[in-house]
Formats: sequence, C-alpha cells, structure tokens
Amino acid sequence: METFPFLNQLLQFLVTGLTVGAIYAMVAIGFNIIYNVTEIINLAQGEFVMLGGLVMVSVHTSLGLPLLLAFPVTVLVVTLVGVLLDRLAIRPIRKPSVMTLIIATVAASIIIKGLAMIIWGKSPYDLPAFSGRTPIDIGGVIIQPQYLWVIGFLVAVAVGLTLFFNRTILGKAMGACADNPDAARLVGINVRHMVLLSFALSAAIGAVAGLTLTPIALMDYDRGAMLAIKGFGAAILGGLGSFPGAILGGLILGLIESLSAGMLASGYKDAYALIILLAVLFIRPSGILGNLEVTRFKRF
Amino acid sequence: MLEIEKLSAGYGPIPAIREISLTVPEGRVVSIIGANGAGKSTLLKAVSGLNANKSGCILFQGRNITGLGADRIVGLGLSQVAEGRQIFAHMSVADNIQLGAYLYYRRRHRAEIKERSDQVYAMFPILAKRAKQIAGTLSGGEQQMLAIGRALMTRPKLLLLDEPSMGLAPIVVQEIFQTIETLNGMGMTILLVEQNARAALQIADFAYVLETGQVVLKGPAAQLLNDPKVKAAYLGG
Ligand SMILES: Nc1ncnc2c1ncn2[C@@H]1O[C@H](COP(=O)(O)OP(=O)(O)O)[C@@H](O)[C@H]1O
Ligand SMILES: [Mg+2]
Repeated sequence: METFPFLNQLLQFLVTGLTVGAIYAMVAIGFNIIYNVTEIINLAQGEFVMLGGLVMVSVHTSLGLPLLLAFPVTVLVVTLVGVLLDRLAIRPIRKPSVMTLIIATVAASIIIKGLAMIIWGKSPYDLPAFSGRTPIDIGGVIIQPQYLWVIGFLVAVAVGLTLFFNRTILGKAMGACADNPDAARLVGINVRHMVLLSFALSAAIGAVAGLTLTPIALMDYDRGAMLAIKGFGAAILGGLGSFPGAILGGLILGLIESLSAGMLASGYKDAYALIILLAVLFIRPSGILGNLEVTRFKRF
Repeated sequence: MLEIEKLSAGYGPIPAIREISLTVPEGRVVSIIGANGAGKSTLLKAVSGLNANKSGCILFQGRNITGLGADRIVGLGLSQVAEGRQIFAHMSVADNIQLGAYLYYRRRHRAEIKERSDQVYAMFPILAKRAKQIAGTLSGGEQQMLAIGRALMTRPKLLLLDEPSMGLAPIVVQEIFQTIETLNGMGMTILLVEQNARAALQIADFAYVLETGQVVLKGPAAQLLNDPKVKAAYLGG
C-alpha cells in the first residue's frame, strides 16, 4: 500500500475536494432556487450557511438537544430567517428592480452577520461529528465519516429537489414562475408566495450545508461572505440557474481548491479557483451547463 | 356575465385605453376588433388582472373584480389566453395542462382533474400525442391549442382570447376558430380579440371596434360585417 504515496496523496486531495465542493454545490443550489424564481442573486445566501452552523451549536451543544432533534430545529430556525428576509427586506421594496433587490440582500447579509456577532461573539465554534471522528482508511486514503455525511446530504438535497420540482404541483408552480410569471398568475399561482417559498427553501438548504460543514471546518459569524462567493462562483461556473450545473460547478471548484492547495502553494487556493472560474467564463460566458438553448439542463 | 364600465388602463400616466364600456352576456361570443396598437390587449389584461394600472369598474357575474390580482380573478372563473400563447415553454405539455388545475389541485378533486384533462386531450388529440414533449418545441398552432387547453383546465365560465390566430397558417386558423365555436356551443362565454376581423365577426354575436384606445363602433356582428366603414378599414374593402 505504501508503494504509491503520490497516488494516495492525490486521492486524498480528491476526497477533501469533493467534500468541500459538495458544500459549495449546496450553496450554489440555494442561489439557483431564488434566482430561478426571481432573478435575484441573494447575496445573503452565505449567512444561511453560517447560521446553520451556529444555530446548531446553540441547540445541540448549549441547549443539549440530541442531534436528531437539533437538526430539524436548526433547519426550521434558519428557514424562518429566510422567510423574514423575504418579508422584511424583499417584499417591502415598492418599485423593485433586480438591482435594488440584490442590494437589499447585501444589506440583509450585513445585518445578519452583525446580529450573529452579537449573539455568538467572534470565536469559532466546533460541533461533534455526526458519527464520530474515527477515520475510515481505504487503502491509505483517510476519509472522515463527516465527509460522507456532507456528500450524503448533497445527494439527498439533489434527489429531494428533483422530486419536488418534477413531481409536486407546488414544485412545478415554482418552476412556472421562473418560466413565465404572467402565465403563472393566469393559472392562479400567487407569485409572491412562490418567492417566499424560494427563500425558505434556499435557507433550509443553506442551513443543512452549514451544520454539516461545521464539524469539519468550524464556524464563526464571519464565514458567510466567503461561502457566498464560492457558492456563487460554483453557480456561475455550472451555469446560473442550472441545478446539475450547480453540483458540477461546486465539485469542480472544490477539487481545484483542494488540488491546488495540496500540489502548489496553499496560500493561494482561493486565487486558483477564481482564475479557473474566470478562464471558464472567458471561454463559455454562460457557464458549463448554462447554454440558453439547452434548457433541459436547467432543471434536474 | 361581464360588465365593464368606463375602464381606462395603461402602462404609465397616459392611459392606452380610455373609458371603455362593454358587456359580454352569458353564453355569447363577443368580439373586439381593431388595428395593431389599438389597445385590445391592454383591455384584456386589465380585465384579467394582469394590468393593475386602471380605473373604472369591472363586474364579473355581478362581483366587482377591478381591484383583484390575476391569480385571484382566475379562481372566479375568468380565464385569459394571453397574446402570444404564453405557455410554460420549458415544461412538458402534460405539466402545462396540469398547472391549469393549480387552484384546485387536491386529492379529492383527482377525478375531476382527470375528467377535464381527458376532455382537453380529446379536443386536441395532438396534445395527447405530445404530452411528454417540452412545450417550447411545439408548432405555433399546437402551442395555441395548449394555451387554450390550459385555460380550460382552470374551470372557466368566461374565456378571454387574445388574437388566437396570430401567426398561424390559414388551415390552423380555421381549426382554432372551429374550436372556439365548439366551446361556445358547449355553453362557454367568450370574449375574443382579433385582428382577423372577418373570421371573428363570423363567429361572434356582438362586436366592438377599437381605435386608439376607444370604442368607435359597436353592434351585432352580422351588422358590422356589412358596415361600409368596417368593410373599408378591417375587411379589405
Ligand atoms: N408593456 C407596455 N408598456 C408600455 N406601453 C405599452 C405596453 N404594451 C402596449 N403598450 C402600448 O399601449 C398601446 C396599446 O397596445 P396593445 O393593447 O398591445 O394594442 P393591441 O393589442 O390592440 O395591438 C400601444 O400604443 C402600445 O404601444
Ligand atoms: Mg394585442
């Protein structure tokens, strides 16, 4: 087993990269859900992730709720924040243009971050890993059980959303708003409700990303912006609005980061990802799966 | 069934239609004809609730619907087939039809929804054949049928049709007009907006002529068909 140290190391980076990438993918999916219904880039998306981690710390570690209970409670609390974001920051804007709404999300993200600092302070928090921290050794490649949880949740989110958007009338109604808002209203769909739902859904998925990430990488009040940038990068890379694109973009971004940090100078890992992102966009401005003609890629 | 009084509507400070009054009696086909830009679509959008920038009064089955939004009005039984079809282009034909039943999509209505969609598919067999196809890939005529089918799924009592014949081949136009007649024969009340004035007047009971946002002429359709002014302006002499 010790005969291929380089190969082992490479596999190790791949595993880490896919895990980080899965988090980016979940953030990117959150961006897409809101973008598809409203064309808004919700720049507070990263705060949902941060809150997912920190609320979980409070309910699980501080209040002592068991994991199985703390999980839904956390998701619920963060979903509520998503609902409030829509009700307090998005809906009250009288003559909304996409740009003013995006700026509203920036303002909201600053406020959420500020409140988080007041509530949790500046120090990072850890969470116990869901199934302990005994690494699984597969031929010299170390896999933390938590990595499997992260990837498992990405799969669950993807499968869940696929079923939701393709099989339920509510999911289809959300798709209809994205497709043709006027036509959606003409069949009786209340577009405002769908916008609210999109914020709630994005917040819930952000929370899941945050609370699974925390046992691996800790969480503090200040992490939202960077996660949002990475998730947004992933969404752009895969093609804004495309869910398979979000997963592809997220995983690619995670892999680039992990490989470049491992093989090259780790201090520049954020820069490498950005450079690749810019390069892809230079060649394909619509992202990898964001071809306007290939609309079937837009949904799962 | 529909009574409009002094309805003005538009997109900015200057209204595109001014003080229009109009009646659609139950079971009838009423047609609005007029040139491009006359304000026909603006009128329909104001009635269906898509356009909220309006003043005046719209009564539907005696109920004032002037202040209601489009998603509320459709629930009362007033359904608009908008100009340019406005189907959900990225979704399948079946999903488009299904979404027509959005407002009453419950388990207990399953039988009714099935019955209605069966009726729609029987009326437009081509839609049944293309049920799984993405709606945006249908031909213009098929898209128009889908738009009408989806509207029929909303349980309408009054159907507003905005230029259903626009951009279609003559044979398809004929088919669409036949469909409208069939629907009316089944008891559906219809308000039809058309630039194809001759075809519209032939199936309508009553008609209004719209010019630059105002009603300039109205009367029984048969009478307008023989009106020299209408002949000169809209029926090619
Ligand atoms: N979305 C809009 N914004 C501003 N003006 C519009 C809009 N739609 C239509 N108009 C204007 O309103 C008038 C009536 O248009 P419309 O109702 O579409 O006419 P028609 O359906 O009879 O062709 C026209 O002068 C048109 O330019
Ligand atoms: Mg028009």
